[in-house]
Amino acid sequence: MKPIVSRKHEPVRIGFYICHCGTNIAGMVDVEAVAKYVATLPNVAVSRHYKYMCSDPGQEMIQQDIRENRLNRIVVAACSPLLHEHTFRHATQAAGLNPFFCQMVNTREHNSWVHTDRLEATRKAMALAHAAIQRVPYHKALEVKKVAINRNVLIVGGGIAGIHAALTLANAGKLVYLVERDPTIGGHMAKFDKTFPTLDCAMCVLSPKMAAVGSHPNIHLWTYSEVAKVDGYVGNFKVMVHRKPRYILEDLCTGCQECVAACVYKEPKFPDEFNLGLGKRKPVFLAFPQAIPPVVRIDPEVCLNFKRGKNPDGSHTLSDKCKKTCVEACGDRRAIDFKQTEEIREITVGTIVMATGFQIFDAKRTPYYGYGLYPNVYNALEIERLINASGPTEGEVIMRNGQKPKKVAIVHCVGSRDENTNRWCSRVCCLYSLKLAHLIKEHTDAEVYNFYIDMRTPGKSMEEFYNRIAEEGMHLIRGKVADVYPDPNDGATGRLVVQAEDTLTNKILKVPVDMVVLAVGLEPHPEAEALRRLFNLSCSSEGWFLERHPKLAPVNTFTDGIFLAGCCQGPKDIPDTVAQAGAAAAEAFALIDKGHIEQEPNTAHILADECSGCKSCIPLCPYTAITFDEAKQKAVINEALCKGCGTCVASCPSGSIVQNLFEDDEIFSEIDGLLAPVP
Amino acid sequence: MSASSKPKIALYWCASCGGCEETVVDLAEDILGLVEMVDIVLWPVAMDFKYKHVQAMADQSITATLLNGAIRSTEQEEMAHLLRRKSRFLLAYGSCAVSGGIPGLANEFPLQQILKFNYEEAPTVVNESRTHPQLKSGEDGCEVTLPALHQVVRSLDQVVEVDYYVPGCPPTPKVTKAALGALLEGRLPPKGSVLAPDIALCEECPRKQRKPADLSFTEFKRPHQLLADPQQCLLAQGVVCLGPATRGGCGAQCVSGNMPCTGCFGPTSRVRDQGLKFLSALCANLASKDESEINRVLEGIPDPIGTFYRYGLAKSLLRRKVDLPGPNGAQAGS
Amino acid sequence: MTDTSPTPNGQWKPRIVAFFCNWCTYTAADLAGVSRMKYAPNVRVIRLMCSGRVDPQFIVEALVKGADGVLIGGCHPGDCHYGEGNYKMLRRFQMLKRTLKDMGIAPERVRLEWISAAEGEKVKRVVNELVEQLAQLGPLNLPQKAADWDKELAEVEAKVQAAQAEPVMA
Repeated sequence: MKPIVSRKHEPVRIGFYICHCGTNIAGMVDVEAVAKYVATLPNVAVSRHYKYMCSDPGQEMIQQDIRENRLNRIVVAACSPLLHEHTFRHATQAAGLNPFFCQMVNTREHNSWVHTDRLEATRKAMALAHAAIQRVPYHKALEVKKVAINRNVLIVGGGIAGIHAALTLANAGKLVYLVERDPTIGGHMAKFDKTFPTLDCAMCVLSPKMAAVGSHPNIHLWTYSEVAKVDGYVGNFKVMVHRKPRYILEDLCTGCQECVAACVYKEPKFPDEFNLGLGKRKPVFLAFPQAIPPVVRIDPEVCLNFKRGKNPDGSHTLSDKCKKTCVEACGDRRAIDFKQTEEIREITVGTIVMATGFQIFDAKRTPYYGYGLYPNVYNALEIERLINASGPTEGEVIMRNGQKPKKVAIVHCVGSRDENTNRWCSRVCCLYSLKLAHLIKEHTDAEVYNFYIDMRTPGKSMEEFYNRIAEEGMHLIRGKVADVYPDPNDGATGRLVVQAEDTLTNKILKVPVDMVVLAVGLEPHPEAEALRRLFNLSCSSEGWFLERHPKLAPVNTFTDGIFLAGCCQGPKDIPDTVAQAGAAAAEAFALIDKGHIEQEPNTAHILADECSGCKSCIPLCPYTAITFDEAKQKAVINEALCKGCGTCVASCPSGSIVQNLFEDDEIFSEIDGLLAPVP
Repeated sequence: MSASSKPKIALYWCASCGGCEETVVDLAEDILGLVEMVDIVLWPVAMDFKYKHVQAMADQSITATLLNGAIRSTEQEEMAHLLRRKSRFLLAYGSCAVSGGIPGLANEFPLQQILKFNYEEAPTVVNESRTHPQLKSGEDGCEVTLPALHQVVRSLDQVVEVDYYVPGCPPTPKVTKAALGALLEGRLPPKGSVLAPDIALCEECPRKQRKPADLSFTEFKRPHQLLADPQQCLLAQGVVCLGPATRGGCGAQCVSGNMPCTGCFGPTSRVRDQGLKFLSALCANLASKDESEINRVLEGIPDPIGTFYRYGLAKSLLRRKVDLPGPNGAQAGS
Repeated sequence: MTDTSPTPNGQWKPRIVAFFCNWCTYTAADLAGVSRMKYAPNVRVIRLMCSGRVDPQFIVEALVKGADGVLIGGCHPGDCHYGEGNYKMLRRFQMLKRTLKDMGIAPERVRLEWISAAEGEKVKRVVNELVEQLAQLGPLNLPQKAADWDKELAEVEAKVQAAQAEPVMA
């Protein structure tokens, strides 16, 4: 369709349409009266009301009017522009008129749906329509911005979510950078023993995927690395990654661990992070047997070859005091490099998937449960390690006092559903508590007591799982635990009493047990705040990364090109995490395959002749779109970088910056129209 | 009266200080050239005149009147109307006529409060009988009258239609010469224009080269609170300088004298309220994100109206403190 | 230019002009709509991409043109879709409030609220609160005030024009 070319100084002719939206709008707003009122306003050539403007006939009506009535501006009073602005702009464009000559008036979400007084709602609709009628003559013809999408993807976080997203994208031929801050991928899942509801072994399921990541030609796996800086925007993110020194040359290490065996420390001495401090490791160590990459790490804080303490810049100084038996053992491979320093890598990616996971609730914040006070109180993750065959006790559930428990209490909702700590339900704890109950019983034959508030086991096969566990003879007590304290009759042995009200029998129970397991909830990652600033994401009030829409866009964020996968968006179990990771990968995939993204042309530009070079605008732009041209002594905006926030426009003290679609004249005229008298 | 073929020029002063007259005098040698080219038919500071002379002039017989000073009294209002009739071109000359000027700051106070201060409370006033000027008074059967003061100070164009604006407190000789030259040579821009560059002062400021591009304010200082470095941009030293929000054309005289620009040339044509736009630019570049720290830093500007609207309160969007009394037939001194 | 309300007793109702940022507050207001929350009809929203776009001139112009109050909605600090636009708004707002106060405008008439996309409920609460506050404060009605101020001009002009209509003595 040939575009309508407006003749210079052609008078403005506006077509106004107000939608009934069935009874959604017309039920509260007198749409006929609004149309009549608007017909009296200046520059209005056509003023109609119609049942469903977004329907085909509705759009055709606009197009016919444009052609037959020589309209050059369109105003549609209907639902929210966030819903249908695109639709009506498209209809306008199809009739040959520049789509940005179309303006919507929110008469539903902001009016008919939220007010109860017909008269006032109608008057408000008139005022808002008047505002749009005043505004639209100032609209200019604009073109959408097309931004190319770089084909590479960055995935932040190497837990099951990141792993699954990485494999999906890599298998589809995309180049993936998987950045993980720990020395190995695997995340929390690598620490679990068995997973509900099937009770299959976590590592058995996880490790083939981990291995696939490690060997995939399309995945650059950067472990022991962190994202330091993110610049740019969708399609063109420039990311700086810091690769921390493990003092091992990754490409040369075969994971044979002979260095570990040869270490001058004959016995492991230092707390083992993977086993949550329950076990010990040497200064040189592999996080766990199935670690990917299978590369050891030297801990400079305890290795004798380094001086104690960090330098201000975070590096460590060599002390050269050690015999370096590890180097000897490594031999020809020469994979150990004590002089290794931090590497900074810069990459360009088009899309990013955030899969940074969660942290467990620190049970020290509920001191009445005795965590950190009494030796036989554990959190659930510690129990997973005890139960696990490659854990510090080789799968035997042995307490700190060296004994196996005969009675175990599992306390649900520690740090969840609690006004004093976290209000939310962490979704997985009832299920993993039942699982742990089963595993503990299996390993020790102990009596297990589960103290719960409600038993929440949603999801496929979960109810069946609950029934199965319940039939195994667990004691399920409906009552939140009030207190855990040393057994007054048996204090010396470390026995504890768990006190709770059984709300089904209305009795206070004091149950003596050997071991207490706290079912700790899930919390946002401790660095969620710093992370989201880095990536310019929103967080919910609890600290989870915010999805664009909880139902319709659960993996998108408000930042184009960045997607969410896994628990960083909110607590969930492994099946849902994997599903979400697949969804995030699909979103990234869709952008990459389309090749470009279309953006609203609401960018700002500086009036070159009028700019005085006062530099007031330059520090304002978060996208560094404004620079100072030394030769011309004026500020300049790179429209490709401008995202259209308008902050510089509001600031320019001489009024020399203009924002398309949100020009000063447009907004002043809207204000005028809003306050004009209505009948 | 002799019919002269030379264009007639009138200069009149309303609520002003005389500074604008000084500028005309500061044209120095050029004034002689001016006097030769035009007939000055009215100039109270230099020549005697009576109202009836002005009333007697034919309409539009004055080519151009340069009227300085704000409109604050009925007499000034009357002269404004009169001169509008009698002049082909009426120029608002100087910040007071253009935007109310410093007298415009009176719009912050009730008229009665001002009169009371001036006639009773000021430290050097002795007025035991608390006499205020009266609109009417008489002695020996002779009645004398005084013009009434308006409640509201106004710019010239809030009273009559104005053809051109020559900003400045006062306008510089250079800007004045240019305006008169354009007038006499028929090179005038569209009606309603301001006869000064439509670009902010920073463009011609000698300190622009050294202004950093990453200003982030943690403190504001007033000129007496520091020994300002004469080479460095004043804003960079924490001094509130309105250069970025003010038209250039004055040659950055104040800055060259190591004092900040206070905004007398008014805003560019793209701005509706100079004070608010400057507020916007200045505050956006504060360093802090914390509300109480922001407020603490902003206390370094103790008088926002005096700072942002020093010359332009009467022409600002609000014009006047909104809770002040309206006109009630107010008599001077009552 | 008062809002000529045809309500039975011609009663004044507060009028609020609101500037909502697209990503947070405007979306929250949409959510309030979708959730069918009910709130006072006195607010009229102007959509901007970011609260950083809110020029203090807009706020004052709204008051001068007849608004009784102005509401600005932006993202919570730290959550701005464009990084820090809302901080710029916050800084400008602090000085604007002081300036407005010095100009005799009650600071409660201009309100800045941080409303995230999920806080439809907050939109409802803030609007209702502001309407209530403005109802207590009474109309601002700046257009009428300016018209009243300018009544002092008519007399002299009439006198001058009348005098000039008479024949003039040379």
